[in-house]
Amino acid sequence: MTVLFQLFFSFFQIGLFSIGGGYAAMPLIQAQTVDIHHWLTLTEFANLVTIAEMTPGPIAINSATFVGMKVAGLSGVLVATLGNVLPSCIIIIILARLYEKYSKQTLLKNVLENVRPVVVAAIFTAGLALLQLAVGSISLENLQLDIFALIVFILAFFILNGKRLHIGPLVLLVLGALVGIGYELVQQYLFV
Amino acid sequence: MKQSECLDNKTKVVKPEVNFRFFLQLFWATFTLSIFTFGGGFVIISLMRKKMVATLHWIDDEQMMDFVTIAQSSPGPIAVNGSLMVGYHLAKLPGALVAALGTILPPMIILSLVSLGYEAVKDNLWIDAAFHGMRPVVAAIVLQVTWVLFKPLLAKKKIIPLLMFALSFVALYLFKVNIMLVMVICIIVAVIVSLVGMKKAGLR
Repeated sequence: MTVLFQLFFSFFQIGLFSIGGGYAAMPLIQAQTVDIHHWLTLTEFANLVTIAEMTPGPIAINSATFVGMKVAGLSGVLVATLGNVLPSCIIIIILARLYEKYSKQTLLKNVLENVRPVVVAAIFTAGLALLQLAVGSISLENLQLDIFALIVFILAFFILNGKRLHIGPLVLLVLGALVGIGYELVQQYLFV
Repeated sequence: MKQSECLDNKTKVVKPEVNFRFFLQLFWATFTLSIFTFGGGFVIISLMRKKMVATLHWIDDEQMMDFVTIAQSSPGPIAVNGSLMVGYHLAKLPGALVAALGTILPPMIILSLVSLGYEAVKDNLWIDAAFHGMRPVVAAIVLQVTWVLFKPLLAKKKIIPLLMFALSFVALYLFKVNIMLVMVICIIVAVIVSLVGMKKAGLR
């Protein structure tokens, strides 16, 4: 019982203090799970980060599930995840109520109009980082371009941007996975 | 008026009727979005925009960006915060909870399975290969959404929003300034600019 409470409270703190997305949460998760409660070794934490990167979902939720499962099984998963999202639920619902009430008001409308470009810039930055990760780094010393990934990127971009083909992003992701597996097959069996 | 109807961010928003079918639809939408959200919160934001704005027409682009602003400046994962905002907007508290549940279930299920047998998945060649093909698609999705959101910004030809875009992009991309800091500074600047603008308009 105490373990469940500790899990809940640890992940509640992580949820409450991680402002600004996954990379802000990482050091907090490490502090709670490795340094304070010793639920994970540092190596296990490093593995967790790798897993979190290759599986969907926010890193905080991934960590809550992983640690919860390891420490207390399924009830651990539920308690840790609930603890993690509870601060969000409370705070966002308060903010959402305020937004619904005041978003038509002139001052807030003007402020929001001027803040929206920042969101576009943030999404742009995230997109560029993902592109770099996908097609390889470009630096002066070594130019490592993944031609396959670059072609997939260009095709996907124009399919999404065009009006003719109605392929949704989720279908496109599945297609991308299949193309990746196909490419690997070709490499394995045709160019031995 | 005709011109603005052509832009895809100006499609008509129809707030859905809140019934059991709506909740199923909302849950299914957030659930399927969440399955494909690897690579950080802005990926789900891009996917969510495509689904909620372009496909379902439940909200418009401006609302979506406001939700992102609030989601980003509040504690907790952006994906969960964004879902809560959209859900609350559409159907108050039940909507928020259904959307959040849809968002957190996929990672919970997948991580539970992975934590039981992750040695098998760790260095799997075929999973790597699938990711090799999915990563560029994710980048394309996020950058295409950037383009869609950037176009109306250009079309409006207002100096301050464009300046805000350029400066925050330089800060975020070139100088790697923490996004929270950029957000807070921009909100303060936006408040000042808006107050000054309103005062001028009032004097006229």
